[in-house]
Amino acid sequence: MAEPAPILQMRGIGKQFPGVKALDGVDFRLLPGEVHALMGENGAGKSTLIKVLTGVYDIDAGEIELRGARVAFSSPLAAQHAGISTVYQEVNLCANLSVAENIFIGREPRRLGRIQWKEMRRRAAELLSRLEIDIDVSAALSSYSLAVQQMVAIARAVDIDAQVLILDEPTSSLDASEVAQLFRVMRRLKEQGIAILFVSHFLDQIYEIADRMTILRNGRLVGEYLTSELSQVELVGKMIGRELADLERLEGKPMARQTPALVEADGLGRSGAIEPFTLTIHEGEVVGLAGLLGSGRTEVARLLFGADHAGSGTLRIGGEQVGLRTPRAAIRHHVAFCSENRRAEGLVPELTVRENIVLALQAARGWTRPIPRRRQDELVSKYVSALNIRPADPEQLVRNLSGGNQQKVMLARWLILEPRLLILDEPTRGIDVGAKAEIQRLVAELSDGGMAVLFISAELEEVLRLSHKVGVLRDRKLVAEIDNDERLTTDALTETIASGAAS
Amino acid sequence: MTAFLGPFLRHRLFWPVVILVGLLLLNLVFTDNFFHVEMKDDHLYGSLIDIFRFGAPLILVSLGMTLVIATSGIDLSVGSVVAISGALACLQISDLGNQNSVGGVLSAVGVALLLSLVLGAWNGLLVAGVGIQPIIATLILMVAGRGLAQLITQGQIITINSSPYKLIGGGYWLTVPFGIIIVIAVLALTAFLTRRLALGLLIESVGGNAEASRLAGIGSRAVIITVYTFCALCAGIAGLMISSNVSSADGNNAGLWIELDAILAVVIGGTPLSGGRFSLGGTVLGALIIQTLTTTIYSIGVPPQTTLLFKALVVTIVCLLQSPAFRAKVFHRRRRPAGAPPVAEEKVRVSA
Repeated sequence: MAEPAPILQMRGIGKQFPGVKALDGVDFRLLPGEVHALMGENGAGKSTLIKVLTGVYDIDAGEIELRGARVAFSSPLAAQHAGISTVYQEVNLCANLSVAENIFIGREPRRLGRIQWKEMRRRAAELLSRLEIDIDVSAALSSYSLAVQQMVAIARAVDIDAQVLILDEPTSSLDASEVAQLFRVMRRLKEQGIAILFVSHFLDQIYEIADRMTILRNGRLVGEYLTSELSQVELVGKMIGRELADLERLEGKPMARQTPALVEADGLGRSGAIEPFTLTIHEGEVVGLAGLLGSGRTEVARLLFGADHAGSGTLRIGGEQVGLRTPRAAIRHHVAFCSENRRAEGLVPELTVRENIVLALQAARGWTRPIPRRRQDELVSKYVSALNIRPADPEQLVRNLSGGNQQKVMLARWLILEPRLLILDEPTRGIDVGAKAEIQRLVAELSDGGMAVLFISAELEEVLRLSHKVGVLRDRKLVAEIDNDERLTTDALTETIASGAAS
Repeated sequence: MTAFLGPFLRHRLFWPVVILVGLLLLNLVFTDNFFHVEMKDDHLYGSLIDIFRFGAPLILVSLGMTLVIATSGIDLSVGSVVAISGALACLQISDLGNQNSVGGVLSAVGVALLLSLVLGAWNGLLVAGVGIQPIIATLILMVAGRGLAQLITQGQIITINSSPYKLIGGGYWLTVPFGIIIVIAVLALTAFLTRRLALGLLIESVGGNAEASRLAGIGSRAVIITVYTFCALCAGIAGLMISSNVSSADGNNAGLWIELDAILAVVIGGTPLSGGRFSLGGTVLGALIIQTLTTTIYSIGVPPQTTLLFKALVVTIVCLLQSPAFRAKVFHRRRRPAGAPPVAEEKVRVSA
């Protein structure tokens, strides 16, 4: 079959950031009516390539051709007008505006200069119903879950007359049925001849939806392949430049522990967030929390960390009854919490890697007892190399780091506190295979060293691989607590999540 | 050449310095001997010294304001605190049997500064404890504070004649105007607290991302109360200086609009109003620019009725020059792909 002419062609793209060569001579093309996956580890240059394409950044070298004509977009808006729409990794909408306003922002239907609100709401509802989403479009966007917000962002991008649609990790916060829904929409768009650039860390999804893929590594092009001609193992090998053996090394399920109880929650709950639950975490034990998005996983973590006030129940840490009124109090009891929402609840983007890493330790010491600079440098360089944070420059602003490296910075911040309980909320979300394996191995090592870990993840395989015990949540309720022995499988877990009863 | 100058051009304080030097050179054209500093009666004299001396209160207020703005707050009440502190000190001194008694003046100064601390803590409590937006919370004291100052002076201008008190704003110590010494001391103290100790890191963290800071275990409430209290203390000292310089307290006009000049100084100095990173050096430069501008207006003989307009124009130009986005637009218009101004990317998150 003859290939149609590419709608988009990028040649020899180069982009330099202070201290980092983000892209170096990268070629990329998009054919009409295909789903093209852009693959690579964190920091490989995927997001930079997308931002260069959409006019967020200028390019230092190379050229971009759209429909055969050379283009240089000065802004995302210019790219959008040329028919390139983007949905970014983390929802980039105005949470305080209504759903309809978000969809039509900047291009509201007008008559005589006045915005036609009714028309706008009608069209928004129609658009969303085509994506099979039935919500009140006049409600504020913030009143909906992250997943719905993501779909609204996609609806907005689809509605703008796009010829090229860029989806930068749209699925990282969607559950399985929502992903299926998204894929249906993507296939429909594909039939209309729209070229879709798709970024995802879920290999299964790539193989389900993508026709072709381009692989990047360390800002350089590895190659372009047809999905049908490249096996998953080959793909991962090309992405990380080493063998997949890393992922397999964690085989052998961890055994349940007979150690003293560290954290005992009894009837702990908060109305509207999570129903009272009872959960015991032992020293050196990894407890996994499984459940769908919005089932109350994060809420459990926030109560154990004092991020929210518990409305009922008691909490004992190391046998001592504690009332955690603030995260500060929890930290004093050696509890640490990595939020799933890195950007809003984790990092301070304007500060450097070093400052972000020492932040919690400094906060614990108080401002009158600064950590000597030499000690800071020691701690930071130790964890930068131990966790393989790239670029390995402690004075780089943390906002210049890729998602996976930001996650490692968060981990480093808590690890230097040497907590007794480490709560990890989706620590591997949106990060690549290599970094994922590193984090999983780290969790196993920490628990061997006696640290208790509460591990929250949407990926059941991951939960099963790491946990000694799995708590299952459903509709804001802890419905089951299952020891992770030989009989527990992902299918059994899925069953429990779906039915709400331990099988 | 460009490569050699690169690091200087990109330095954060490059443009404030250029603007300050430009203003000073402008003065040189209009005033003979503008840069001349001489010793008269064992005191340093000269236009440059005057800029420092008269700018001292503004520098102080701006230093406090810098920390408040770094937590992404703002303090509109500093002008009122200036008036209250000066009024209270002068009232107490005027009640002294011997206005020249050092002990009496010291206690008056102490009480005035103590009240400033209380007022600052009040602001901090409203912002951090009650959760009122900073601009509203400090607006309360901005308005009510003027009334409080007039209550203290009973609507009169209190005039005093106290040589120890005169020292603060109008005196000299080791040939240097005393006000300048106070400014240097407060600047050193602020730099010590924020950069040597860890207060600066915590302030920047709270201003950069309040929720993340809370979850990292920072007692942001205490940090915020501390900066508002510190800001009011700076304003209190500035109030003493201003009233001491004229040996009187005017509840109505002392420190009027100084909050706006201070905010401007902070912004010119490169600290964003959205909070986060702050620059003490930048703020001092910013305050000096504003004071130099005021001096310039007098020395080049702008008609009094147009001074405010003139000042507004210059400030607009200064702010535009300070803005990386504006400079990129004007100076790099045709060189976009090659020139790739790094400044335009500053607000964009990279997540490759």
